[in-house]
Amino acid sequence: MKKLLIGNDAIARGAYEAGVTVATAYPGTPSTEIVSSIAQFPGVYAEWAPNEKVAMEVGVGASIAGARTLVAMKHVGVNVAADPLYTFSYTGVNGGLVIISADDPGMHSSQNEQDNRGYGRFAKLPVIEPSDSQEALDYTKLAFDISEQFDTPVMLRLTMRLCHSQTMVETGDKQEVELKPYKKDAAKYVMLPGFARGRHVEVEKRMLKLQEYAETTPLNRMEINDTKLGIITSGVPYQYVKEAFPEASVLKLGLVNPLPKELIKSFAARVEKLVVVEELEPVIEEQVKAMGIDVIGKEQFTLLGEYSAEYLKQKLNGENGAEGFGLEKEVPARPPLLCAGCPHRGVFHVLRKMHLIVAGDIGCYTLGAISPLEGMDTCVCMGASIGTAMGIEKARGAEYAAKTVAVIGDSTFVHSGITGLVDVVYNGGTSTVMILDNDTTAMTGHQDHPATGFTITKQPTKKLDLEKLVRAIGVEHIRVVDPLRIDELEAVLKEELARREPSVIICKRPCVLLDTTPKPTREIYVDTEKCTGCKLCIRVGCTGVSFIDDEKKAQINPGCIACGLCEQVCKFNAIKEVGVQEDAGQSN
Amino acid sequence: MQDKVTNVLIVGVGGQGTLLTSRIIAQVAVQMGYDVKVSEIHGMAQRGGSVVSQVRYGKRVYSPIISKGEADIILAFEKIEAARWLDYLKPDGMVIINNERVNPLPVMSGKVKYPDEIHEKIASLLPRTVIVDATDIAVRCGNVRAANVVLVGMLSEAIGIPAEEMEKAITEIVPAKALEVNLQAFKEGCKLLN
Ligand SMILES: Cc1ncc(C[n+]2csc(CCOP(=O)(O)OP(=O)(O)O)c2C)c(N)n1
Repeated sequence: MKKLLIGNDAIARGAYEAGVTVATAYPGTPSTEIVSSIAQFPGVYAEWAPNEKVAMEVGVGASIAGARTLVAMKHVGVNVAADPLYTFSYTGVNGGLVIISADDPGMHSSQNEQDNRGYGRFAKLPVIEPSDSQEALDYTKLAFDISEQFDTPVMLRLTMRLCHSQTMVETGDKQEVELKPYKKDAAKYVMLPGFARGRHVEVEKRMLKLQEYAETTPLNRMEINDTKLGIITSGVPYQYVKEAFPEASVLKLGLVNPLPKELIKSFAARVEKLVVVEELEPVIEEQVKAMGIDVIGKEQFTLLGEYSAEYLKQKLNGENGAEGFGLEKEVPARPPLLCAGCPHRGVFHVLRKMHLIVAGDIGCYTLGAISPLEGMDTCVCMGASIGTAMGIEKARGAEYAAKTVAVIGDSTFVHSGITGLVDVVYNGGTSTVMILDNDTTAMTGHQDHPATGFTITKQPTKKLDLEKLVRAIGVEHIRVVDPLRIDELEAVLKEELARREPSVIICKRPCVLLDTTPKPTREIYVDTEKCTGCKLCIRVGCTGVSFIDDEKKAQINPGCIACGLCEQVCKFNAIKEVGVQEDAGQSN
Repeated sequence: MQDKVTNVLIVGVGGQGTLLTSRIIAQVAVQMGYDVKVSEIHGMAQRGGSVVSQVRYGKRVYSPIISKGEADIILAFEKIEAARWLDYLKPDGMVIINNERVNPLPVMSGKVKYPDEIHEKIASLLPRTVIVDATDIAVRCGNVRAANVVLVGMLSEAIGIPAEEMEKAITEIVPAKALEVNLQAFKEGCKLLN
């Protein structure tokens, strides 16, 4: 029976049907569900790796040992995994290996929109691109065959629209795949220069074979209709093309690296006007142009963001879309925010108050950068905060270090912050590093990581002790504070910033959304007689408290969990606990 | 089966259950034998931001996303979200708005006023605007969170989906412990357009 699946679940299903027995990933939108979904299938070992490089390396080992292996990550994760990936392209596989790159055109939840089809050409890998969930399942299975047939890792390149759209899928049966025998083969798997030179020859031979395969694979197909307009496309944009130009002829590419040159030539010869429709980079277009074929591409279409059927019609037919009512301009923006009771809010409140330079990092806490908290100066990639703070110090001197902090989440610290801290200690930095330990990877939907003490399937495991780890690196000043006790946090920060030595402040409090986090046991309210309307509580930027304009008073909202932050911020004792009598003898 | 594709846009604030609602509507379309595509937003946008889910069904559906001016119906769980996405509606389309206000940050901090009369403006622009106190109805049924399903009932009536089919879909998608309340909320929703 057919059922609706998001692309990510279809890939998990495809991998299971293909006989995958090892699956490893570091979470990252839009890829996260792939491996959390595979973990539900029997007979598959699934794990959250501490980062994408480790995931890739576990994948390398599993493949060399003979297992069909899946490695998944978001597009920027491939940058982290690139080192093993490039050379694994030389060694080739034993059991088939598929690496998923989930790209994010439009940057729905990413810091850039790099086009990872580029990795295919750069690392000499076949790249496969599905356009709906059915293809996601089918192509995943085929990708394992291609991997083993051509002795190469295969990249499956997805985009957010594929990952998070549900479309109809017919599932199949699980193939029984034996582990491939393991054989020591240093010339293939030990990439000393002497051996690697030999492997590079194999890589180039492989690319030629794949080139031939590209001409005949069912992954690429011509749909000849009206020949006035011919469109070369791949991935989800294929769906936009079909929607916008049902009459046009289409060359749909499922294998986008290497390209089928003969097929492209014969398609070009059959149509009057030839167009390439591809989101982001002109990867196909430039290669078609290099073949001497006249084709319309990025001179018509943008390099930015996602496309749509509407956009294509507008660009190719000059059709103006619906006029609309323009009401969206009259309504206030609704940016995402930190949840009511989020421990990160305490941190950014204090950082803003102290006017510090904040080298930031990636996670929910990056939301501390936007109004009204505005407590972050930089954010580049996962793990960057600590190195950035060190660079600021080395460029501007220790005085600057005394007003600079690095802020990094627990999952991110384990992912790629540790080596930054090693650099600080080793090279005589004096940085103050705040690890925001909320006991989860919140941003991507609450995955466990090495410092939570649980595995992907919630099995208890050895818990990485951040304090001991930091001490072993050589940091001598380690403080553990509750980020929602802001006076204490501020005092600790002052002390540690003043110190001309590296220090780490672990801000420890679990994410409010975790099931295991204790539920609130009290309620708070605004005493309107005491409230002066100063808006200090509003500046913590919490959905739990808002300002009533007509009355010029603050008000506690239903979503409040009484975390106590606004209570502490209020200078007039106007925010109080329900049912608690004020001490009559209280002095000022 | 009709050839044309039906487009439903479900808009609201992250955490209001747009995802669940789109899954119910998609499920009913699957049951009725249609080709279906649903586009969802995960990740950052769920943290209390403006969210949209899109459901398209018909004999053959290509794009998973709806173009501006193409939605047959918009279900809005919050008033200003209806306004934000209104351009996606067909000129003769229908918009069903829960009379619910969730202040976005710029309003909470007193920087901007919430345009409280916005739904009236929508109604003046679009004859097929329906505003409903779905939250109150859901509370009466036993759970605030069933407000979405009140709107699903109205949608069901508006596009002529048999109630039994929709009840089957709700039973399929909604967790067992919340089922009874949701089925009740659905029935109440159906009555509103009768
Ligand atoms: C290389 C890379 N991998 C994955 C991601 C996706 N991602 C962004 S932040 C983050 C981790 C957030 O966890 P944590 O640091 O604990 O902060 P929290 O969200 O819990 O506050 C992940 C997985 C990314 N941006 N870059």
